[in-house]
Amino acid sequence: MIGLTPEQLLFLLRGFGWTIVLSLLAFAGGGVLGFVLALTRVYAARPLRVLAMLYIRLIQGTPLLILLFLTYFGLPALGLVVEPMLAAAIGLSTYVSAYLGEIWRGSLEAVPRTQEEAAACLGLKWRQRLIHVILPQALKIATPPTVGFMVQIVKNTSLASTVGFVELVRAGQMINNATFRPFIVFVLIAALYFALCYPLSAWSQRLERRFDVAHR
Amino acid sequence: MSPIVEVTGVCKRFGAVSVLEGVSFQVRPGSVVAIIGRSGSGKSTALRCINRLETIDAGQIRVCGHDVTSPKLDVNRLHRDVGIVFQSYNLFPHLTAEENVMLAPRLVLKMPRSEQRELAAHVLAQVDLADKAQAYPSQLSGGQQQRVAIARSLAMKPSLMLFDEITSALDPELTGEVLKVIEGLASNGMSMILVTHEMAFARKVADHVIFMHRGKVWEEGLAEMLDAPRTQELAQFLGTELRPAKADVVVPQP
Amino acid sequence: MRYELDFAAPLAYWPDLLLGAATTLGLSITTTVLGFGLGVVCAVARSGRTGAAARVAGAYVEAIRNTPLLVQIFIVYFGLASVGFKLGVFTAATLALVINVAAYTGEIVRAGIESVPRSQLEAAQCLGLGRWQVLRHVVLPPAIERVWPALTSQYVLLMLATSITSQISTEELTAVANRIQSDTFRSVEIYLIVAAAYLALSLLMRVLFWAVGSFTFPRRRRLGTPL
Repeated sequence: MIGLTPEQLLFLLRGFGWTIVLSLLAFAGGGVLGFVLALTRVYAARPLRVLAMLYIRLIQGTPLLILLFLTYFGLPALGLVVEPMLAAAIGLSTYVSAYLGEIWRGSLEAVPRTQEEAAACLGLKWRQRLIHVILPQALKIATPPTVGFMVQIVKNTSLASTVGFVELVRAGQMINNATFRPFIVFVLIAALYFALCYPLSAWSQRLERRFDVAHR
Repeated sequence: MSPIVEVTGVCKRFGAVSVLEGVSFQVRPGSVVAIIGRSGSGKSTALRCINRLETIDAGQIRVCGHDVTSPKLDVNRLHRDVGIVFQSYNLFPHLTAEENVMLAPRLVLKMPRSEQRELAAHVLAQVDLADKAQAYPSQLSGGQQQRVAIARSLAMKPSLMLFDEITSALDPELTGEVLKVIEGLASNGMSMILVTHEMAFARKVADHVIFMHRGKVWEEGLAEMLDAPRTQELAQFLGTELRPAKADVVVPQP
Repeated sequence: MRYELDFAAPLAYWPDLLLGAATTLGLSITTTVLGFGLGVVCAVARSGRTGAAARVAGAYVEAIRNTPLLVQIFIVYFGLASVGFKLGVFTAATLALVINVAAYTGEIVRAGIESVPRSQLEAAQCLGLGRWQVLRHVVLPPAIERVWPALTSQYVLLMLATSITSQISTEELTAVANRIQSDTFRSVEIYLIVAAAYLALSLLMRVLFWAVGSFTFPRRRRLGTPL
């Protein structure tokens, strides 16, 4: 089919599988740190808030590729043995944490202040207010942009190929080196990314529309 | 003299709702016509049909020698002959008052820059805003913005001016300055159609008043008719008692 | 096991780093200008009523937004070469980046266009302006002024994304960093230096955009308030 053998296609699909795995890892790792960052930026004392903001600005102002190289080359310098997948996961998680931190901070701040006041006046303590009143509402607000950002995560896993992790693009490069048919290989790879990203994008837009209507 | 506006049997629907049901009237050159009526009576729609902002389903409209209903109508020429001022002024926010006024002369009439400036200064003086030429719309009050909007339309030297409830969005204290400008235009012989809520003003300035009700021309006549409504509906609208103009007119008792 | 950082070694390569930074900046500005132009065309096509142009533009935007830039670059450089169009690395990088950023620009500008109220169009038409005149003088200026901050952010991201072109050997800042890294083995130091350089370039881009914005939008310059 299309000039590629079944084994080669399978190899690509396996790479695609690793793309999905890496995306989930980055989302999980970046999500946990991002959540902490968001809470810090909204509720912590001033020095911590500033620190969190600096971290986010720093990460957002650095190309992901540089972050990946720093992780891949830098961690061994500290004495840790790092193989491509771990380096990619850590690098991507750092990147994701800054962006999700920003998105989720925005969502927390979008919950009307009056909700916080009402909950406080009912005698709820900070942690109870957060868990039972603020977070459920912030979650709804955060869902459309978070789903939208998942698309960015999937696309960014492609850069993990530069540190040797065999996800879809790296698999494609290896196939290309064997078959010398870059046009077909990379268009096929683009199609696979599209198949994963387009439904996520469409879902995010649908969520946004539904949320807009509900909120009016 | 032939009428500058001739509306004959105009009907218009918006979907299932009939907004204009056989509207007919004429406007003589140099006269001021006020169209009054409740919201939903069709008065704004009738006005917007005159310069083709809305299309009609039946009837005929002739304006300044153009057949508005004809598919061969040169819409740009029609827009040059007919000026319109809107309730919400619709000034271009990214341009100064002067630039707002100069835009159409520059792009449509291809006027050279010095002429544009002169023209802008002239019409802005006409509306009493010569000193606000460099101001942006956000820096002007509602009344000032509306006057710039009038100047903008005047710059194109139209033969007919349409005013769509131009004081409705203004605070009461600002309507005076706008109405003064309209009065000035009227005394200079501009043909005008005003859709308005200002009864006192209509009485003062209009040569001819048209009362619209439920998509029809319900009553029309000289401005004096506002003191002596002949129909129940106009009386109700004006909030006055029914007073027959002539002794022998039989009026049904409520 | 390296416990001490040595910044002197990689910093000795400062002429190469400066050249790399200049290449990055040059590539960013070129692709920004071209991408903006193509993006405005795309936005006008998508917000217009002619079905065919809108649909083509729509498909193009979706294709770009749902595939990685790296893959797009590979298709333009390796893919086109294999079917007969051999492009130099700089040309291929520029082409791929322009095609990419124009899609995002198009979406941003389209939102700006749709934020201009219909009443503005009516007023302009009633003054006798033709369709293209209305677009050029009444719709696009306020639309672009309104989305200028979003555009600025987009093009700063574009500048950061030029690092990806290092993968086809474009001699921009990241490629220079990789070379220095393989020469000196001072990987942490060189990538930290380069990260700082990108931050500086981001700041520079923002200042440039602010300056262009002040010049192009006199209302913004004079009043200081958003439209």
